[in-house]
Amino acid sequence: MSAHAGPVHHAEAPKGWIRHYIFSVDHKIIGTQYILLGLSAVTIGMILSLIMRTHLVWPNAHIWGFANGIVSPEDYLRVVTMHGTLMVFFVLTTVPQSGFGNYFLPIQIGAPDMAFPRINMLSFWFTFLAMIVLLSSAFVPGGASISGWTSYAPLSAVGEVAGPGLGMGQTLWVVSIALFCGASLMSALNFLGTTIDLRAKGLSLMRMPLTVWGWFITACLALLAFGVLLAACVLLLLDRLAATSFFIPANLDVSGVLLHHGGGSPLLWQHLFWFFGHPEVYIAILPGMGIISHVLSTFSRKPVFGYKAMVYSLTAIGFLSFTVWGHHMFISGMNPFSALAFSIITLVIGVPSAIKTFNWLGTLWGGRIHFTAAMLFAIGFVSLFVTGGLSGIFLAQPALDLYLHDTYYVIGHFHLIMGVAAIFAMFAATYYWFPKMFGHHMSETLGKVHFWCTFVGVYCIFMPMHYLGYAGDPRRYASIESVNYLIPLHPVHYFISIAAFFTASAQLLFYWNFFWSIKHGKPAERNPWHGTTLEWSVSTPVPHDNFAGHYPTIYRGPYEYSVPGMRDDYVPQDLAPELVAKA
Amino acid sequence: MGSRKSNAGSAAPAVLLAIVILLLVGSTLYFHIAKTWWFPPAITPVGHEIDQQFFLTLVVTGIVFVLAQLALAWMVFKYRDHGQKAHFTRGNHALEVIWTTATLVIFVGLGALATHAWGQVHFGGVEPGALQVEVTGVQFTWTFRYPGPDGKFGKIVPADIDASVGNPLGLDPNDPAGKDDIVVPDLYVPVNQQIELMIRSQDVIHSFFVRELRIKQDAVPGLIVPIHFRVEQTGDYEITCNQLCGLGHYHMHAMMHVLSQADFEQWEKKQEAQNAQ
Amino acid sequence: MPHSTTTDELEIIISGGGPKAPGGGGSGDGGDGSSGGSGSALPQRVYVTGITIGMGAILMFFMALVSAFIVRKGMGNDWRAFEIPRVLWLNTAILLASSGTMIYARRLFKRGDQKGFRHWWAMTTILGLLFLAGQLIAWRQMVASGFYLATNPSSSFFYVLTAAHGAHLLGGIFALIYVGWLRLRKLTIETATEVAALYWHFMDGLWVFLFLLLLLGR
Repeated sequence: MSAHAGPVHHAEAPKGWIRHYIFSVDHKIIGTQYILLGLSAVTIGMILSLIMRTHLVWPNAHIWGFANGIVSPEDYLRVVTMHGTLMVFFVLTTVPQSGFGNYFLPIQIGAPDMAFPRINMLSFWFTFLAMIVLLSSAFVPGGASISGWTSYAPLSAVGEVAGPGLGMGQTLWVVSIALFCGASLMSALNFLGTTIDLRAKGLSLMRMPLTVWGWFITACLALLAFGVLLAACVLLLLDRLAATSFFIPANLDVSGVLLHHGGGSPLLWQHLFWFFGHPEVYIAILPGMGIISHVLSTFSRKPVFGYKAMVYSLTAIGFLSFTVWGHHMFISGMNPFSALAFSIITLVIGVPSAIKTFNWLGTLWGGRIHFTAAMLFAIGFVSLFVTGGLSGIFLAQPALDLYLHDTYYVIGHFHLIMGVAAIFAMFAATYYWFPKMFGHHMSETLGKVHFWCTFVGVYCIFMPMHYLGYAGDPRRYASIESVNYLIPLHPVHYFISIAAFFTASAQLLFYWNFFWSIKHGKPAERNPWHGTTLEWSVSTPVPHDNFAGHYPTIYRGPYEYSVPGMRDDYVPQDLAPELVAKA
Repeated sequence: MGSRKSNAGSAAPAVLLAIVILLLVGSTLYFHIAKTWWFPPAITPVGHEIDQQFFLTLVVTGIVFVLAQLALAWMVFKYRDHGQKAHFTRGNHALEVIWTTATLVIFVGLGALATHAWGQVHFGGVEPGALQVEVTGVQFTWTFRYPGPDGKFGKIVPADIDASVGNPLGLDPNDPAGKDDIVVPDLYVPVNQQIELMIRSQDVIHSFFVRELRIKQDAVPGLIVPIHFRVEQTGDYEITCNQLCGLGHYHMHAMMHVLSQADFEQWEKKQEAQNAQ
Repeated sequence: MPHSTTTDELEIIISGGGPKAPGGGGSGDGGDGSSGGSGSALPQRVYVTGITIGMGAILMFFMALVSAFIVRKGMGNDWRAFEIPRVLWLNTAILLASSGTMIYARRLFKRGDQKGFRHWWAMTTILGLLFLAGQLIAWRQMVASGFYLATNPSSSFFYVLTAAHGAHLLGGIFALIYVGWLRLRKLTIETATEVAALYWHFMDGLWVFLFLLLLLGR
């Protein structure tokens, strides 16, 4: 196929089903593959969370797939670990960046494809393989890992002697994450190369849509963070398989067995992990921030308020995110003086996040708000971001973290700001871009019902978790009966479990809406939302090389809505000046 | 444009959104004021200080929370599409400067105020008369060791660890300093005396947590982390493990008994007598 | 907050910001601008950008290992120094020489001397292979002096750092072979040699850094 001889793209797509849909080098197919991969991961992850909620309040409930139908404490921890790993890596890291970013970055900057299409394909298949390896760990002797998504050493390093799932299952976990690191590095390389070199004529940095900025800064973070996690995984693997002692201290006596290791440092793992792990939090949310700015502007019919402030705050968050990892380790036994430094920098990183929130409110201010499903999710995102962000102010203070660390308060905090907020951004992106991706609209009515149920549902799940945290309920406990002071909290746990089932069932509406609309939805026009950026200039469905050979020139900024003196309330970025109709 | 027409005049989503946000704000305020599920009373001076810092943070963030959510609800309602023209603006430099400075001052100010309580736990020097207790985490129990009458902890030899023969910590039988060490599964401390805990672990990472102390500290193998406090009130308090340590994590539990000075001395005597047998 | 739009601003919105507008993006040069956009050919510099970014990622990977090395050495008193294998000096000289031959090869290429280019390019490749062989000998010497992977943190880091560098260098050797012996289709030979050379010099510099680290910090 000449189309694959190099990155020079011709208008025709490759023939043959396998080359077209499976081993495709087309960024749009790869983006869709990532989204579907993320959709399967989020489905499994959500079912796992329902298992956790069921087990906590009805410990004797029979659940299919577990020995005798009963979830044992180690099963509970397996579920905890798998839920966290799937959600953080294969959903939050994958879908907003590699999924939607892959699909829309080249289109929004006027490029025919990613800079390195074959590396792009390779990174998808690495991700796929990583997920297979991770899931397969549930079926090996000893089962999947029980050490949580953070895999703190030495629990994760000493092997099966410390508990079930820490043998083969833990090894596969490390291998899976190492593969994922490789995939993410290749993907980041592609995003950066594409954004730097393939922008259309006239598309200066300060004319890029905020989505592109979000993906660009995220790729910078991924490039610098995943190499560190990869190094940590290599060292952990050597500790597990080659008897080295990077993370295992001397003279451990685990389950009555004296281990012969040289004297490594468990805190070293935490430092390496969180040096990756904190930027990772922003890897999950920055693309979402870009998407939300984009959607809010479109449906408020207003330019993004403070575009430059948005760009600078994104950059500031990206930079600062590499300097705050220690706030995950306030109670780890690290130097208490450095804890204070990490605390202050962490509070400083709250400032650009607050700037973004103010600017989102500024974008809504004075607007003409259209309540589409996408817009509702974007507004919901702002509300969640405020709530989840403010609870972070507590955790950033080591004196308060002393009490709240590793309680349900932390679970409530990070689910609202990183989990649910990012998921809301994905929903907004889906409802917003679906017409362009599949040529059909999703049902707006179903979408709105989906929003109301989800918005109310997630607050009902995660707000009460803050109260559990106030009462000192520790996270990752397989039972809510084992400590006396947990007994009065039972009603809260019941409420959360019921809210979780309600919210999860509301997602069935989304699945139905998504898959049914691919074929049967209302046919989509080229620019249904009257948007200004390039994805709305290309035809629907998008041609193989995106622009059918007619590459655009950019004449103006990305959010020219309701400009006074114009006939329409939007002026596309690539509309030639002589074609702009004045009122 | 179809969507524009169908949206014009329809206030339903705006009203609904405003109601949901009002409910959120209302219920959040209610549960924080009613304290339905709340911290147990603090029993140390530093605990009271932490509670004050928490309250201050709660008030500040609470005000921001209410204002931001209500502003969102109000804007969504006010600027719903009812046929008006959007107000064109690209932003406002002065506003950006104002809210950046304001958040910076508030956030960093809170952080600076919180440093004192943290210092009380970690920096303040230990008084000479403090009672030292060693806390050891092991899957899935806590063990507490007192130096005994000689005031010295005996040497630990990891190869000697054997809980089945009554030596869960691996005390060296040849070290005389260890002969009188008191090793117990629950923590007993006297009221109104400074206590210094030396927190360590034998296998994986655990975390020592007593709610009423407002203190949590990881027990990291290879490290001995000291923390100190003074309890003002007798009573029985639960100790839990707060760092995932394996399948029995959830039942890694012990008690902290705070006794009057006299009761504590009596308890100590009883333990010493048992050791002497 | 109200903000009025001046006539000047309106002009900018319509006309696209005047003279500084075009060329802000990527496709203004590289000879493809005339043919109507960036789609007709990928600018060659994207490969140079790509390898630069890739080197950034590789550098972070090594920096993580190096900081682990420094932290680990700083704690505890169980660090056992080992004798740096003598052959490492020779290996370092070989790798430095290979950078020299590569610079010479590219100079010949620019002069149009295809045969000389291939000759010196092949020499670079062979020197690279010699370096790898030398690293294996260094490992043998370590084993002979009783330092295995798990013997002590010092030797663990020695093996991890040299193995990670060796693996990355092996990738460079494949690139050299690919550029020297295979017909290139999508990227020009100039770009290919530039990309390979950047990577090779990076690996060379990285090794010198690691060698000094091991020498001073063992």
